[in-house]
Amino acid sequence: MIKFNIKLFILSFLLLILLRPLQSAEMIDPIKVNWSFKGLTGTFDRASLQRGFQVYKEVCASCHSMQYLSYRNLGEPGGPEFSEQEVKAIAASFEIEDGPDSQGEMFTRPGKPSDKFKSPYPNIQAATAANGGAYPPDMSVLVKARKGGANYIYSVLVGYEDPPPGVTLDEGVYYNKYMAGNKIKMPNNLMDGLVEYADGTESSVDQMAKDVTTFLAWAAEPELEERHRTGVKVIIYLILLTTLVYLSMKKIWSRVDTEV
Amino acid sequence: MSDHEYVPKSKVGKWFNDRLPLLTLGAHLTDYPTPKNLNYWWTFGGILTFCLITQIVTGIVLAMHYVAHADLAFASVEHIMRDVNYGWLIRYIHSNGASMFFLAVYIHIFRSLFYGSYKSPREVIWIIGLMIYLLMMAAAFMGYVLPWGQMSFWGATVITNLFSAIPLVGDSITTWLWGAYSVDNPTLNRFFSLHYLIPFLILGLVVLHIWALHVPGNNNPVGIDIKKPSKDTVPFHPYITIKDAFALLVFMIIFAGFVFFTPNVLGHSDNYIPANPLVTPAHIVPEWYLLPFYAILRSVPDKLGGVILMFGAIFILFVLPWLDTSKVRSAVFRPIYRQFYWIFVLDVLMLGYVGAMPAEGIYLVLARVGTIYYFAHFIIVMPVVGLLEKTDPIPMSISEPVLTGGAEPSLARKVNDKV
Amino acid sequence: MSKEEKKVNRRDFLFTASYTIGAVGVGAVIWPMIDQMNPDKAQQALATTEVDISSIEPGKSITVLWRGKPIFIKKRTSEEIAEARAVKLDDLPDPQKDEDRVKSGKDEWLVMLGVCTHLGCVPLKDKGDFNGWFCPCHGSHYDVSGRIRKGPAPTNMEIPKFEFVDSNTIKIG
Repeated sequence: MIKFNIKLFILSFLLLILLRPLQSAEMIDPIKVNWSFKGLTGTFDRASLQRGFQVYKEVCASCHSMQYLSYRNLGEPGGPEFSEQEVKAIAASFEIEDGPDSQGEMFTRPGKPSDKFKSPYPNIQAATAANGGAYPPDMSVLVKARKGGANYIYSVLVGYEDPPPGVTLDEGVYYNKYMAGNKIKMPNNLMDGLVEYADGTESSVDQMAKDVTTFLAWAAEPELEERHRTGVKVIIYLILLTTLVYLSMKKIWSRVDTEV
Repeated sequence: MSDHEYVPKSKVGKWFNDRLPLLTLGAHLTDYPTPKNLNYWWTFGGILTFCLITQIVTGIVLAMHYVAHADLAFASVEHIMRDVNYGWLIRYIHSNGASMFFLAVYIHIFRSLFYGSYKSPREVIWIIGLMIYLLMMAAAFMGYVLPWGQMSFWGATVITNLFSAIPLVGDSITTWLWGAYSVDNPTLNRFFSLHYLIPFLILGLVVLHIWALHVPGNNNPVGIDIKKPSKDTVPFHPYITIKDAFALLVFMIIFAGFVFFTPNVLGHSDNYIPANPLVTPAHIVPEWYLLPFYAILRSVPDKLGGVILMFGAIFILFVLPWLDTSKVRSAVFRPIYRQFYWIFVLDVLMLGYVGAMPAEGIYLVLARVGTIYYFAHFIIVMPVVGLLEKTDPIPMSISEPVLTGGAEPSLARKVNDKV
Repeated sequence: MSKEEKKVNRRDFLFTASYTIGAVGVGAVIWPMIDQMNPDKAQQALATTEVDISSIEPGKSITVLWRGKPIFIKKRTSEEIAEARAVKLDDLPDPQKDEDRVKSGKDEWLVMLGVCTHLGCVPLKDKGDFNGWFCPCHGSHYDVSGRIRKGPAPTNMEIPKFEFVDSNTIKIG
């Protein structure tokens, strides 16, 4: 009996260790949003992804790069799934530097779907200098690079507040409830009606924050839908095979007087 | 052993086998007499073989797309995740595979500790196993450096700086390991080279591990030698192969759960931030499987002392067969040791837990208590308990769980349950 | 007797099913390991190249890179075109009319994959016995239409998919 209790204790201990990364130590817990991409069969909301791309393009992209994405990704299955024509038009709306040409000169041309997303600054140093000494991080894998993931990104976007009394902020620093240390160098860029959504959705701050976070979640894990689909199939397959092998094992071991 | 008598049936088979006795080896492996009372804790050897092969295959594939250069490594990993056909799947199998590998190896090691599998005549199996474990840690550490994220970079910095604790030559050794004046591109390149090499060293040691196992044969839950092979054992195939296959499939379901549904939960989010030599992440922690040793390192307020104790925590395992003075192998018949065993398991889990916590306050106290107990278990508990403990009666043989001492029905049933 | 038989049958079925389903799984796992070596999505996307041809003089050619392979773009003179069209199809190992190798109305432009169809070397221009290309690796001779005339190469040099975007630009791919 005593041993049983020790084992139970060890089990709960293991569980504690496994759950530990999900807890945040210093900051308040981010808001939990019921994302459509959560869970074993979660998928992205296409309309939200398309709106999120619009918010990224019109608001975030002036400071944040997304250097690991290409315009063609916007039309790939499991993503915003813009049509081929739309992807071409989006790509062509950016001037991309190419070259060198046969004269050895660099030149610009309209973007092609195979081009990477155009970065707002040529390098990290330029981005840092232009933003008051704080580098606006590349957003390609931002959701995976932050504890709390999509919930955290969304919470920061809607977490701007006036600083509580006693907290003084330097020039160019803002108060945010959910940011680690509560100080953030990114101003609150979202306000109601900022973006005119192509599909007519009302662009409240909350809606834009949700849409752009969904878009970033896809950008970080473009394989998510395929992963979930494959995962379900693999697990079902494994359970079936495990059952068959279990029965085979029982059969084989029935020749011996020992239990398995 | 009976395999010397094996003669292939076909003429071609005989011709080949006379020149290279592969068929004899095959016959030995399939007929290998295995104790019939092995429980599911014994299936982890097969599971570990699966893990090693999975890591090697997925690793070779990833190396076809990965670029070992400080400027390109992070981008090449993203390229694998986004563009390479099934790249995401292969990378997630490889990264989660490392964790599954360690999960299995810890169960394998603790199984050996419980049933006394390290004891005579199996000391060499145990020592080769520990060498594999050491190489696994080296391979895992270097592999974690390759994506060149923040945890990669700072993990590499911290671990290589351990060597700077060596008196007189420490700094020279560290610089030599780096090939630069900090962790930099040369470091990444050599880590990639070694990360590719080590699994094949492990594979070689695994062959020796199994060879050394097949000399005395398997230990078993009751920890006694085989008396009558015909009654106590079953041939490896199909009895053990099917059982291993079943256990492996259950293991694979858990593995697939991680790969497909929470592929990043065992990693650290900071490793998706590209390496930056100017900023250290707020909480730097190693991967979960190294945390107990990390806790031991941090529990000592002296640099050299911490490093010595950390390596000591592993190297003390090498002399374990000689620290354990008990005549009885299996903890099933060692009522006192059995209690200490579970306390030790708890101690290691606690060390792992505090290793992930900041090194301050209560966590530091717990780490110190845990470290002292860790060493006390091997240096004091094992020799003393082995000498003083009155062990329970042991069955005559595997197939006849009749007790040598006074009959004690409740215990006999207990043994059967274990079996 | 029948009971015994049933037992055996069920056992056989179980084992056969396990083996079969297990083999299917192994196959499903092997495929990603093979497919990962195929061109990735980024490679597939880089399928087109646009080339400015305004500065090519008659009788001259340029070489551009497309999908990692050289593309020969030659502006042929009218004599060269006439020469190519005078060849009898019976003299060709891989019979093909010159007209079929160019875009009609733009007959002076020969756009072809500059890869010898023998074993993949790049042939040299204005060399060989037929006033066209000559592959130095194993001695294949091509004529001014890029058709194989002599040597070990089995077929004419390949014409890639291309189109004229305007009179000065062609898009390959």
